[in-house]
Amino acid sequence: MQVLYFAWLRERIGIPKEQVETSAATVADLVAELRLREERYALAFSDMAAVKVAVDQEIVDLNAPLAGVREVAFFPPMTGG
Amino acid sequence: MVVRVQAKDFDLGKEISALTAGRSDIGAIISFSGLVRDMAGDQPVFVMELEHYPGMTEKALEKIEAEANARWELQASLIIHRYGPLPAGANIVLVVTASPHRQAAFESAEFIMDFLKSRAPFWKKETGETGGKWVDARDTDEDALNKW
Repeated sequence: MQVLYFAWLRERIGIPKEQVETSAATVADLVAELRLREERYALAFSDMAAVKVAVDQEIVDLNAPLAGVREVAFFPPMTGG
Repeated sequence: MVVRVQAKDFDLGKEISALTAGRSDIGAIISFSGLVRDMAGDQPVFVMELEHYPGMTEKALEKIEAEANARWELQASLIIHRYGPLPAGANIVLVVTASPHRQAAFESAEFIMDFLKSRAPFWKKETGETGGKWVDARDTDEDALNKW
């Protein structure tokens, strides 16, 4: 699936998006996998209270399932307007 | 109902003229414009960088606009939101609502702005004398949704 990062998550991880092969069942499982990859991921995902998630462009919570999902995005709380 | 997400500037007068052209049924038009302030607290702001999530942004704005149209009897509505680097003083966002009487236009414009603040995938980074800083979401913006 395609994984996207925005704002300071993009800056900390260093890329705007990447293709991730995963068998993670939920968003939380995917975050756990990413954290183990490298320090920059562990740092970006160190405080999940500061991170929002969208699955196929809909806001979800961390226990949302990933079966059939094409796109997961991580970003800080939104500041539009 | 129109939503536009664009880098380029907009002209409030032209947008309202286009919206009312050829019709005489509208009784009230409300417009809200959001601009880049040159100060954040006591720190000067030179440029505000607006990042967004192409695709999701349009969907989120259309959903907010549709919800406003479901709640109020609107004759027209328009949301324009800019992205990219915007200098102090620049336009960021425009919301226009039209209705037969003023109350629906007033209320729906405020509703759209309240939801746009914390439900549309935009992120702001302010650059001033000491470099860039991501703007934190405010609890008051989240609280503002409860009144609806």
